[in-house]
Amino acid sequence: MLKQTPFHPRTAALCQSHAWRRWAGFVVASSYALSHEREYHAIRGAAALFDVSPLHKYLVRGRDAARLLDQVATHDVSRAQIGQALYSPWCDVRGKVLDDGTIARLDETTFRLTSAEPNLRWLQDNAHGFEARIEDVSAATTALALQGPNARAILQQLSDRDLGGLKYFRVTEARLRGIPVTISRTGYTGDLGYEIWLDAADALAVWDALIEAGTPYGITPAGILALDVARIEAGLMLLDVDYVPANRTLVDSQTSSPFELDLGWAVKLDKAHFIGKQALAAEARSGPAWRFVGIQVEWNSFERLFAGVGLAPRVPTAAWRTSVPLYAGGEQVGYATSGVWSPLLKQYIALAHVPSRWSAPGTALEMEVTVEHRRQRTAARVVKKPFFDPERKRA
Amino acid sequence: MPASYDAIVIGGGHNGLVAAAYLARAGKRVVVLERRERVGGAAFSEQVFPGFTFSVFSYVVSLLRPEIIRDLDLPRHGLHVLPLESTLTPLPNGDYLAQWNDHDQNRRELARHSLRDAEAYDEFGRLMHQMSRAVKPFLGMAPPDPGSFAPRELAALGRLGRQLRGLGRDQFHALHKLLTMSAADYLDEWFETEALKATKSASGIIGTLQGPRSPGTAYVLLHHYMGELDGVFRAWGFAKGGNGSVSAAIAGAARALGAEIRTEAPVTNVLVENGRATGVALASGEEIRAQRVLSNADPRRTFFDLVGEKHLPAEFTDAIRKFRFRGASAKVNLALDALPNFTCLPGPGAHLRGAISIGPSVDYLERAYDEAKYGEFSRRPYMDIVIPSMIDPGMAPPGKHVMSIFAQYAPYHLNGGWTDARREAFGDAVIDTLAEYAPNLKSAILHRQVVVPPDIERTLGITEGSIFHGELSLQQMFFLRPVPEWAKYRTPIHGLWQCGAGTHPGGGVMGAAGRLAALELLKAGGA
Repeated sequence: MLKQTPFHPRTAALCQSHAWRRWAGFVVASSYALSHEREYHAIRGAAALFDVSPLHKYLVRGRDAARLLDQVATHDVSRAQIGQALYSPWCDVRGKVLDDGTIARLDETTFRLTSAEPNLRWLQDNAHGFEARIEDVSAATTALALQGPNARAILQQLSDRDLGGLKYFRVTEARLRGIPVTISRTGYTGDLGYEIWLDAADALAVWDALIEAGTPYGITPAGILALDVARIEAGLMLLDVDYVPANRTLVDSQTSSPFELDLGWAVKLDKAHFIGKQALAAEARSGPAWRFVGIQVEWNSFERLFAGVGLAPRVPTAAWRTSVPLYAGGEQVGYATSGVWSPLLKQYIALAHVPSRWSAPGTALEMEVTVEHRRQRTAARVVKKPFFDPERKRA
Repeated sequence: MPASYDAIVIGGGHNGLVAAAYLARAGKRVVVLERRERVGGAAFSEQVFPGFTFSVFSYVVSLLRPEIIRDLDLPRHGLHVLPLESTLTPLPNGDYLAQWNDHDQNRRELARHSLRDAEAYDEFGRLMHQMSRAVKPFLGMAPPDPGSFAPRELAALGRLGRQLRGLGRDQFHALHKLLTMSAADYLDEWFETEALKATKSASGIIGTLQGPRSPGTAYVLLHHYMGELDGVFRAWGFAKGGNGSVSAAIAGAARALGAEIRTEAPVTNVLVENGRATGVALASGEEIRAQRVLSNADPRRTFFDLVGEKHLPAEFTDAIRKFRFRGASAKVNLALDALPNFTCLPGPGAHLRGAISIGPSVDYLERAYDEAKYGEFSRRPYMDIVIPSMIDPGMAPPGKHVMSIFAQYAPYHLNGGWTDARREAFGDAVIDTLAEYAPNLKSAILHRQVVVPPDIERTLGITEGSIFHGELSLQQMFFLRPVPEWAKYRTPIHGLWQCGAGTHPGGGVMGAAGRLAALELLKAGGA
C-alpha cells in the first residue's frame, strides 16, 4: 500500500478529480478539481496550498554539523547564517549529482536538509570522524507550501512573527495560532511563497487555519500538475525527470555534473574540501560538455506545422516529462526533458540538455513535435532561465 | 529400421528438447529418445494426488533464455509465465521481512527494518543489474578455451576481454568480488538487516552442497539474479500448468519443426565404432544409427553408463569422476485443504502469491549446511516455497491448494544411507519447521510427496540427484564445465555431443546448454 500524508483526511475530501499520483511512496493529488488550470492560476494570481509532506527531511546536529554538510554539499554551508537556507546539489566523488535540496541553518549547530530522495545512508557514510548526528525526521515532520502573491498576507494573519522582514531563502521559527512551526521563504514555483514545517500531529490544525485565513484571499489547494507547470516556468529541475541521480545511472552518459545542470553558481570551489571537488575543479577549468537551458518554441513555425494538416495549433496544457529530441543543422544535438504551454507567458517552453556549443541564449534549434501522428520539427531557440521571475519572489 | 536420422538426442529433458528443436529448425532429421513415459526430465507436472497438479521437481521459471522463447515461439506452443510478486521471510520473533516488486512498497517494508538498507537496496539492485549484463554474454556463447591458441578461441577470448574492460573499474572490482566471495560476506558489505541478508544469500546455496559462508556462493547468487523475463532482469515467474508446461511447449515447438520424439525408449548404450559414435542401442534391442548423437544425460551417466570407460582416455574419465554432483536439494509437495495461515501475516493476501523463504538468518542457513556437511540432513531446513494454486488456480480443485516446498539440505551421501523412513523423517523436519510459522499447516495436508536426491536419481537418472547436473561452483563453470578442454559440448568420441546442464552454462530451466550445443554442432558442419 502507498502511504497517506498527514493531510490526507483533508486532501481526500477535496479531491473531486480522483486523480492521484505517487510521490516518494505517498499518494498525493494530481489535481483536486477536474482540471489543474484554476490551481495553476492560484499560484500566479492568489495563493496555492500544496501538501509537500513526501519530501525527505533530515536534522543534522552537532559541533561538526556544518563541516559535515560542507563535506557533502557543493554550496558553502559553513557560511550560512542562522536563519538562512541554501539550495545545493551534492555529488559523488566523480562530481556527478546525486540529489539536490535545501539546507536550512536552524541554529549554530542544527541544520535541516530536505531532498527528493532518501539520503540517510549517504550522510551517515560520510559522517565518520565528525561530531554530528543525523536524524531522519521525514515522518515526524510534515510540510506545506503556500505559494503565490497572497501567500504573505494569508500567513501573516496567523503568524506571531512579522513576515515582512523574512527575506528570500530565510527561515524563522514562528507560531501559527499558537502552533509551533518553522517558516522558510522557499518554494518550487518561482513565486512569492513559503514552506511551513510542522509536527505531523499538528497537520490538520494548521491546514484548517490556513484555509480559514486564506479563503478571503483565494487560497486554493493545488496538486502536482499545477506545480509542474509553475516549476518549469521557474526553470527548476526535477530529479528523475530532468536528470538521473548518479547512484542510479546505469551508464556514465546518464550522469550530470552541477555545471551541466546550470548549478555552477552553487559549486563553491574555494571551499577547503567537498566530495567531488577535484573532478568539479577540473570541469570548471575545461568547461562543461553539456548545459541545461530554457527552450522557447517559435510560435509561427509551430503554427505552420498544424496549419499544414488543416488544424489549429494544439499546445500541451499539462507538462510533459519525456525525452524530446532537439536538432541543429538536421542532426540531433540534445533533448528536452520537461515542457509545457505557459498559460501566463503564452509561450510553449521546455527545459533541455544541449552540448555547450548550442547553449547560448538566442541559438536557433529545432524541437520534435508530433502533429497528427507524424513527427515534425518546429523552430525553437535557447532562452534565459527562469522563464518567469517576478520581482515579488525576492521583494 | 527404415528411418534414418542426422542426429539422435538421448533424453527428453528440456535441454534435449531445445537441442532437438534447434537442429530440426536447421532442417536436420532428429529423434529424441526418452526413457520415461513422458518428456521434460525434471521439468514436468503430474497429478500425484487426484485433482492436484504438482511441479514435482523444478518449480519456477526465470533463467529460461529469452532467445529460446523467441526462436522457438514458445508462447504459441502454450508457454504462459505468470509473475511471482514477492518474497516473504517469516521471522522467529513473529515479524517478517517482505520484498515486493513495487519499488515504493518494497522500500517502505525495508525501511521498517532499516532505513539504510532501504536506501542501499536500490544501489545493490543497480550493481546486480550491471553485473548481470556483464555476465549475460557468457551465457549466450560456447566458452572459449583459455589454454588454446587457436585463432577462433583467441578471438572469442579477446571479445570477452574487451567486454570486461568495458565494465569500468568499479564494476570490474565488483565482479571480481562476486566471483570470489561467499554470498554472506558479499551481502554483509551491503546490508545490516539479518533477514534480508539471509533471504538474499539463500539464492547462493540453491542446488549446491555449500553454505552461505562458502566462498564462491556469491556467484551463484548472481546466477539466480540473471533470470529475466521480457528483458527485465531479476524477474521470477511461474509457468501456468507448472513446469511441465515449459517442457510441453518446447516439445510442441520441436515437433512442429519436424523433430520426432519417442517416449519409453530407454537407450542402453551409445554405439561406438573406431572411436566414433554411430548410433545408439535401445533396451528393446533396437539400434538406431545417426551421424551425431547428443546426450542430455549428465556427464557421469553419459560417459560411464552410456559410452563406457573403455572407449575413453583415462585422464578424461578421471576428470569426469572428479566432477562434483553432491545433490542436496529435496522437494516436499503438498495437497492442501486450506491455505497456510502465517502467524506473522495472518489470513490470505498478496504474500501467498509470491515465494516464501524459510531461512531467517545467515546462521540458520549455515547451521542447516553444517549438518549436511557431516552427512546428516538439516533438522531445520532452508525452504523456498510457492503456492502454485494461488498463482494458477487450475493447479488444484476450487478452494484447495498445492504447495511446492524446495528444501535443503538433504545430502545424497547421507550417513547410513537413505531409506523410506529417513525420507519421511526429512519430510517431517520440513513440515515441523514450517508449521512453526504456519500452525494450521499440518491439519490442512491432504497428501504429501517427499522427493530426496536418491529419488531424483532413480526417477530422472541424474547422478546423485544433483538438480544442476553437477554443482554450480566456480571450478566447474564456464570453460571448466564439465571438464577442461571439453567444455564446448564435444566429447573425446567423435560424433558424440553433450547438451545437458552438465555443460556450460549449467542448470536451472534455462535451455542454454541445449541451444548452444545445437548451434555449436551446426557450426561445426554437423550432421
